[in-house]
Amino acid sequence: MLTKDLILDYLEPVTDPEIPVLTLRDLGVLRDVVIHSDTHVEVLITPTYTGCPAMGAMATAIRLELIGHGIPQVQITEVLSPAWTTDWISEEGRRKLNEYGIAPPQYRVADNPGEAAVVPCPQCGSTHTNLLSQFGSTACKALYRCLDCLEPFDYFKCH
Amino acid sequence: MMRDYLMHLADNALIMGHRLSEWCGHGPILEVDMALANIALDQVGAARSFYQYAAELDGNGATEDTYPYTRDVREFRNILLCELPNGDFADTIARSLFFDAYQFLFYTALQGSSDERLRAIATKSLKEVTYHQRFSSEWTVRLGDGTAESKQKMQKAIDNLWDYTGEMFAPSATEKAMLASGIGVDIASLRSAWEDHIRATLEEATLAYPLRKEGAWFQQGGKTGIHTEYMGFILTELQYLQKSYPGAEW
Repeated sequence: MLTKDLILDYLEPVTDPEIPVLTLRDLGVLRDVVIHSDTHVEVLITPTYTGCPAMGAMATAIRLELIGHGIPQVQITEVLSPAWTTDWISEEGRRKLNEYGIAPPQYRVADNPGEAAVVPCPQCGSTHTNLLSQFGSTACKALYRCLDCLEPFDYFKCH
Repeated sequence: MMRDYLMHLADNALIMGHRLSEWCGHGPILEVDMALANIALDQVGAARSFYQYAAELDGNGATEDTYPYTRDVREFRNILLCELPNGDFADTIARSLFFDAYQFLFYTALQGSSDERLRAIATKSLKEVTYHQRFSSEWTVRLGDGTAESKQKMQKAIDNLWDYTGEMFAPSATEKAMLASGIGVDIASLRSAWEDHIRATLEEATLAYPLRKEGAWFQQGGKTGIHTEYMGFILTELQYLQKSYPGAEW
């Protein structure tokens, strides 16, 4: 008998192809699971950015994972509303991002719309950093530089 | 009517995204190259959302790819501004300044649409366009208030593209009907807020705001499928594969 919790457990190994330390749950992309029958499961996901090329890879990974657990009919539904926000990245996810070398979002968008943040360097922890570009290696990241250890780094920008 | 409106919204985003994507590998500096590619990706992503919606309404096996790949020039509904060539970097920044400011106001207003799906797409896209607008406004200031050469090029770009801005606020029959039904946006009403943003940005950039007489003539036609000669060349490249190998998938 399939349950939502079981499906979420099955999906735990599925990670973001660009940031492999984050599971889809950490990222807040995985919104819900609907069990239609023992052979038909629907997974609701929401895109981070509308043009994010990782979405297709995530949908495929979910499908393969569940098919691997013997569920033949896996339906992936993309939901746009409410719009994804970095507020949905879990505490665990934020910790993992920092460890991986990507500075996590520095404030909750819902509490603090539009305010520029001080972004600590994920390498040395210095707050003496500056923004190089609003647009980093992917749509969700900005490019920063640490003025103390001089390392460039990605910042997962508040969105 | 809804389908025509969706094509207008999608085509604006697609053609703008396509033009910006042409900068990939050619940006003046690496950070700009990445920024333009990112913005292009956002635009193509928004276009997909609108095309997907249209495909669901149309049925009959239509997909999001049906519209960009199988329509001809006269069926595209984007405004002329989006299809203009990239020119030099100042031309591209001026085009983005005008378009981003418009799209920001447009999506803000579309959040009040009576159509739930359009509201969702608008809210999603607005977050992204906020970054686009910051990028093009900052570069306008940097180039305008930069060297004598960058200032002269930026001013020239603003003046040259100005004639294409009126079309953004001139509603087509489709837009009028969609407004009346509560789904569409009252684009004419966005004009003064748009002018305020452009005026403030140009002022900060120490550039002159183009002056036109009240009721001056503007280039238009894209919303009803009458495009510049550039549009055919865009589609030649964009549609090449599907025209050569219809239905090809990979």
